[in-house]
Amino acid sequence: MTDQRLSLSLAAAIAASLSLAPVAGHAQETFKIGLVNFLSGPAADAFGVPSMNGGVLMVEALNAGQVPAPYDGQTGIGGLPIEFVQIDESGGAQVQIQRYRDLVEREEVDAVLGYDGSGDCLAIAPVADELQTVTIFSGCGTTRLFEEASYDYVFRAGAHTTMDNVALAHYIKRTMPETKTVAGLNQNYSWGQDSWRDFTAALTLLMPEVEIGPELFPEPGAGQYGSQISVLMRAKPDVVHSSLWGGDLEAFLLQAGPRQLFARSHVVFNMAEHVLPRMGEKAPVGLITGGRGAVGELRPRTELADWFYEAYAEAYGIPAVQGPFRFVQTILALKTAAEIAMAENGGTKPTDEEIAAALAGLVFETPSGTVEMALADGHQAIQGAAIGIAAWNDELGRLELTEVEHFAARCVNPPAGVTSLEWIEGGMVGAECE
Amino acid sequence: MDIALTILVDGLIYGAWLFLVAIGLTLVFGIMKILNVAHGALYAVGAYAGASLVGGYLFATPPAALQLPLLIVAALGVALLLGPLLEGVLLRLFYGRDEVVILLATFALSLIIEDLIKQVWGVYSYYVSEPYALFGVIEAGPLFYVGYDAFLIVVAALVGLGASAFLRLTRQGKIVVAMIHDSEICRAMGVNVSRAYLWTFTVGVFLAALAGALIAPTLAVTPTMGVNAIILSFAVVVIGGLGSVEGAALGALIVGCTRAATVHLWPEGELFIVYAVMAAVLAVRPRGLFGMPEGRKI
Repeated sequence: MTDQRLSLSLAAAIAASLSLAPVAGHAQETFKIGLVNFLSGPAADAFGVPSMNGGVLMVEALNAGQVPAPYDGQTGIGGLPIEFVQIDESGGAQVQIQRYRDLVEREEVDAVLGYDGSGDCLAIAPVADELQTVTIFSGCGTTRLFEEASYDYVFRAGAHTTMDNVALAHYIKRTMPETKTVAGLNQNYSWGQDSWRDFTAALTLLMPEVEIGPELFPEPGAGQYGSQISVLMRAKPDVVHSSLWGGDLEAFLLQAGPRQLFARSHVVFNMAEHVLPRMGEKAPVGLITGGRGAVGELRPRTELADWFYEAYAEAYGIPAVQGPFRFVQTILALKTAAEIAMAENGGTKPTDEEIAAALAGLVFETPSGTVEMALADGHQAIQGAAIGIAAWNDELGRLELTEVEHFAARCVNPPAGVTSLEWIEGGMVGAECE
Repeated sequence: MDIALTILVDGLIYGAWLFLVAIGLTLVFGIMKILNVAHGALYAVGAYAGASLVGGYLFATPPAALQLPLLIVAALGVALLLGPLLEGVLLRLFYGRDEVVILLATFALSLIIEDLIKQVWGVYSYYVSEPYALFGVIEAGPLFYVGYDAFLIVVAALVGLGASAFLRLTRQGKIVVAMIHDSEICRAMGVNVSRAYLWTFTVGVFLAALAGALIAPTLAVTPTMGVNAIILSFAVVVIGGLGSVEGAALGALIVGCTRAATVHLWPEGELFIVYAVMAAVLAVRPRGLFGMPEGRKI
């Protein structure tokens, strides 16, 4: 061996040992996270269980180094294997606060990820700051989280509800410009009321000539929509807007389909995408829906998105819908931020403060596309939205969402420093729509 | 179609569903003095059993002619399996105790059944929409109604009339009516009250499961589908008078039509109108429309 080759080999060996040093130093150390979502109750089948399945799949794939670019570098989080604890979100806010404290104080997790219930997120946020633990919410859509308060350790890695409904308003203007009348069928609680409020505010701004009404607000869990369908059939609106989800949504689709509502009006949903794979041919053709982001069949066709969609289908025998797509955004946000923090602190396991600093304003890639922590001083994400029409595909033997319209994140989300409703009512100033 | 007629039809459809759920609840309370909170969970079990048999989950989807009979068979199976088991093993432990204790026991039972549903059928929705298309679609002016909903109205009427005829016209029915008034005297007269309780509870489970199985084609079958049903059923039987079949029928009709009218004319009031009606009835008749004052025992 020549001196030159010997020198090169030694240099390579030293470089290799240096690059492994942080990992070797933490050989017994893990990055422990708490994963929280509904494992029982009415939201379990719609969101909770699929979300948790997606979360577990992503954690295991990260540990095994199987996730494609840009996550094909270090395994786990910064080379530390990810260890996780699963917690059921059902039981109400007080129960969740207790379980959250257990996660942090007894399980000693490094971060808590998840939560789909808006009430749960609002209750957990101040506790997370009190315990100074990085907490990244996934699904809860309420705009109140960061528009009425601010937190140091709390983040939301998905867009809030304004995006979904502003996107629907743009969609109607873009694809159904002849629309004259719009009715609403939304559940009588914050999600339904906020969705209808944002949608009507945005639509009347974009299409001032549109008449609104009737406005129906059935109770959550109603299950029977005969009277509401009669009202809508009699009113014959051009468009019906709905934010129903889960079992209520499925019941409405099963009842409204045979009664020809979908033949009479365009029925648009902000999140019905999640029931289509399971309902199959039982869901009405012609249904128009988003999925709270570019998720499932609405996903951008990137390597990361396609890998996740196919890996989920292979693991669980059913296509991934919005729940899993949203949930893994929390994991990828944490991984990206923690690794940035580790790069800055010399490769040691980062503190909550270091991760929180890296999370603020973070831009990262997800199966739903690029997500930017752009609002609420970098604590609230924005992302693009997509809406499609359900059509039967003979080749696939199932419904699929076709004629997908995409909306840029900065078109359907408010800019920083203004509340959602102020932004919409003020004319959606600053919206960057192509 | 005139709006008043639309409200009446919508109210009848909704009321039929409510009555099918409520009749078992009111019978069990009338005879056994048990406010069975688990009735909603048993309704969900009936729906799952029906979906399993007819929805293509256990076997291939049966031909149209067999679908309705199989839904009834599913309800019978649930009743024969769970009725004697729950009454004989669990409820008997609590007879003679305060009614609140039994109420809490059935509440615990409802939570257990809900968890068992998840163990057996999982958390994902089941669909059994095939029977929903059996009777076609009826066009009525600007509206289309599903024939299956008319079928449910007929079933509810038949179940109500059948129960009423049984109680008034048969010897066993008269014994049951006597038990409603005073089971102690019945026992003294030689009536096997324990056996009657067993059959009563089993019939109550059957009616809950039948309601679930027949409603299942109209919605998605989920573990928590019984929660809203049981709350509204309580309102119906309280309005009608606890223990009265006729009261449950009238209560279901009142709630159904009032709710339909509210949805059509004043949608903002839908959330509380049922309870407003209940409060108004109780203000005038504290024991419900058909509730009878309790005789004082000496």
